[in-house]
Amino acid sequence: MSLEVDLRLTLGPLALQMELVIEEGEIVALLGPNGAGKTTLLRAIAGLVPIDAGHVRLDGEVLEDAATRRYVRTEDRSIGVVFQDYLLFPHLSVLDNVAFGLRSRGADGAQAWSRAMEWLERVGLGRYAKARPAQLSGGERQRVALARALAPEPRLLLLDEPLAALDVTTRAEVRRDLKNHLDSFRGLRLVVTHDPLEAVSLADRLIVMEAGRHVQSGTPAEVTERPRSRYVADLVGVNLFRGEAEHGSIRTPDGPVVAATDAISGAVFAVIHPRAVSVHRVRPEGSPRNVWSGRAGGVELLGDRARVRIEGDTPMVAEVSRAALIDLELARGGDVWLSFKATDVVVYPA
Amino acid sequence: MGRRVASLLVVAAFFAAACGSSSSTASSSPSATPLSGNISVFAAASLAASFNALGTSFQRAHPGATIQFNFAGTPTLVNQIEQGAPADVFASADTANMQALGDAGFTTGSSHVFAHNKLEIVVASGNPKGITGLADLAQPGVIYITEGPTVPAGKYALQALARAGVTVTPRSLETAVTGVISKIELGEADAGIVYTTDVQAAGGKVAGVPIPDADNVIAAYPIVAVKGSTNLALANAFIAYVVSDAGQSTMATFGFQHV
Amino acid sequence: MRRERAPLLIAVLAALGAAFFIAPLVGLIVRTPWGSAVQSLLAPDTLQALRLSLEASLSATAIALFLGVPLAWVYARIDFPGRSVLRALTTLPMVLPPVVGGIALLLAFGRRGLLGAWLDNSFGITLPFTTAGVVMAETFVAMPFLVLTVEAGLRSMDRRYEEAARALGAHRWTVFTRVTLPLVAPSLVAGSILCWARALGEFGATITFAGNFPGVTQTMPLAVYLLLETNPESSFVLSLVLLSVSLLVLIGLRDRWLGTA
Repeated sequence: MSLEVDLRLTLGPLALQMELVIEEGEIVALLGPNGAGKTTLLRAIAGLVPIDAGHVRLDGEVLEDAATRRYVRTEDRSIGVVFQDYLLFPHLSVLDNVAFGLRSRGADGAQAWSRAMEWLERVGLGRYAKARPAQLSGGERQRVALARALAPEPRLLLLDEPLAALDVTTRAEVRRDLKNHLDSFRGLRLVVTHDPLEAVSLADRLIVMEAGRHVQSGTPAEVTERPRSRYVADLVGVNLFRGEAEHGSIRTPDGPVVAATDAISGAVFAVIHPRAVSVHRVRPEGSPRNVWSGRAGGVELLGDRARVRIEGDTPMVAEVSRAALIDLELARGGDVWLSFKATDVVVYPA
Repeated sequence: MGRRVASLLVVAAFFAAACGSSSSTASSSPSATPLSGNISVFAAASLAASFNALGTSFQRAHPGATIQFNFAGTPTLVNQIEQGAPADVFASADTANMQALGDAGFTTGSSHVFAHNKLEIVVASGNPKGITGLADLAQPGVIYITEGPTVPAGKYALQALARAGVTVTPRSLETAVTGVISKIELGEADAGIVYTTDVQAAGGKVAGVPIPDADNVIAAYPIVAVKGSTNLALANAFIAYVVSDAGQSTMATFGFQHV
Repeated sequence: MRRERAPLLIAVLAALGAAFFIAPLVGLIVRTPWGSAVQSLLAPDTLQALRLSLEASLSATAIALFLGVPLAWVYARIDFPGRSVLRALTTLPMVLPPVVGGIALLLAFGRRGLLGAWLDNSFGITLPFTTAGVVMAETFVAMPFLVLTVEAGLRSMDRRYEEAARALGAHRWTVFTRVTLPLVAPSLVAGSILCWARALGEFGATITFAGNFPGVTQTMPLAVYLLLETNPESSFVLSLVLLSVSLLVLIGLRDRWLGTA
């Protein structure tokens, strides 16, 4: 059983063109900045947004095909959706909410309610069966929304920013629970999120999306070690360049020539970890092949280390020790030099 | 609130009369002061056509006078006068209402009966339902409407039906003869009982079926000046005109019977 | 926090404005013959008019719900050419003088009317002078209130709940009955009450289109109007009844409809 999506659509200013496949057994996270079109894509898969071209196939069944004009209504698709704001029906009890999908699909009252009760117990909220959604906390509502989506046993589970509405402390706890439930769910699973931590902790595979396009996909490790866009690089917290490599030099479109030791040529990405970047007040001598000037900008303290943003022609982030921060008086800004070794530049094909 | 308006009018009329009298002395003949001013005549709906004609000729004879008419069902007029509406003359379609108004203290001077009227069945032009008499009103396919029981015409209609031994339930009780006429004209109802003068006044838009004298009712129309009138002279002059020979012959042309 | 006080001129004008409304109401209460009030109320004609009014206004409200909710739904959800024109036409009775409404009804449904003639010729059905005619007149003037209120409710509800219901497998009818209607229930209630109150008080269209006969077409407002000529004190009593009903409606609806906190 798999989900195959290959579609194009336009919604206002957003022009979306995406291809993705989700197989049984893997949890996929769709990661991207706000406005990237992740939610739109999720809604298109659910049948709530029309597609201009392409198709959506679930388990071999065509849910939508622009060419043949085939369209299966949302209510006829075997999907479960957990919405960003949960959208629990305020006028129904928690139990009625969870039973809603079962009853809509024809199950008789008693059967639906007992199944719903099982699911409520499974998410640990059995005692709230008669309560109204408004009486529950954010974390509890999230669990009800999950139970509601899972109760009808859909073939595909779609989650739209499932933890976004929660505060930081609740989020960690709920994330663990969610991971357990996702693991035990036997259908296909797609999580949409803008939070890299959420993506990395929930998913087996990441798909990065920006401005309606596919940018990168792979395991969390692959994506974070080899970012292919500024967005991911910023998320991970590394310096990223893109350019043409030739004989150990990389020409970047608007930045400096970064010397590297790898013998790759052609279009490449180059990653330099902030730890590998040294900051000086005077132009340094010595072995580092990459040296250039800039101005000290924002400082972020991380325990006993600090991340300093160096502004200039090419902004970079450097990580220094607390001691160095004080010695160099980086907090007050001013002209600096930075350097990093060619050996610290990780290069891979673009 | 009506009292307040009435008193304001009295004050205004005072000044108007004062101005009027000062300007009229210039061109008047020494023997008679020309009539002038403004009066409101409240008259039963069945008097509309005839009184409009009387008003026109009266105003032609007395250029300084203006008459405004208010036509409605008699009980409505009585109610309005009692609530303080500014009337100078009241012409009723029966003596009972006139008596009631007098007893309530709203009249001045005595009333004069100035016309009589008879009832007639009114039907749509061409008499499509073939009504021949009061008995036909009770036929199943006929929609019969009449005036409310407190309206003189309505009261008389009930009397006529009783005399003829006909029982019929009207489909609607209108507030005046004009309501009955218009619904017959529009085709919403098939038959009603109004005055012969109403049928005549409506011209070709409706047709009439006479009621035999044995069953018919003679309606007496009295006229009186209203207490608190701001121009009693003009009011009485109009009343005198209505009961005069000239006035009577005008009434006759509209179908009213002589007193 | 200091409580704000009204400037003197504004206070005086406001007091005059309030007095303008309060004076007639006080007058009515004071002039009502409380001694014979119960007797007037229990007179057969009065009870008849009361019962007819209640039956007719409730029927009118039922019809307004049956036809008006779908109409409101179409206005709120479907975009079609000429929608704004149609909407204006169906809202017209709200601002039209009621007598004009009655005349329009006569021209359409009277015995010689556009549709009325066909009804009479084909089925022998005439609407003027019948209780059905009363219900029609009341529905005509009162339904727009319900349509507008429900439409506003539908427009302002969060439609994502409907999407959530669909994602759970609910077909359109189930979405409508189990999600949409409950969520706009407040507007439904407010609209129904407004509609009912307007229907109860309807006079001009009723007397023009349906006529006047006790027990058949003589509703409370007509009875009051006619009683004024024959038995004014009874008319005061009936007026007070109608006034109290209207007051209760307004008090009940004040937060929803009149927008106060």
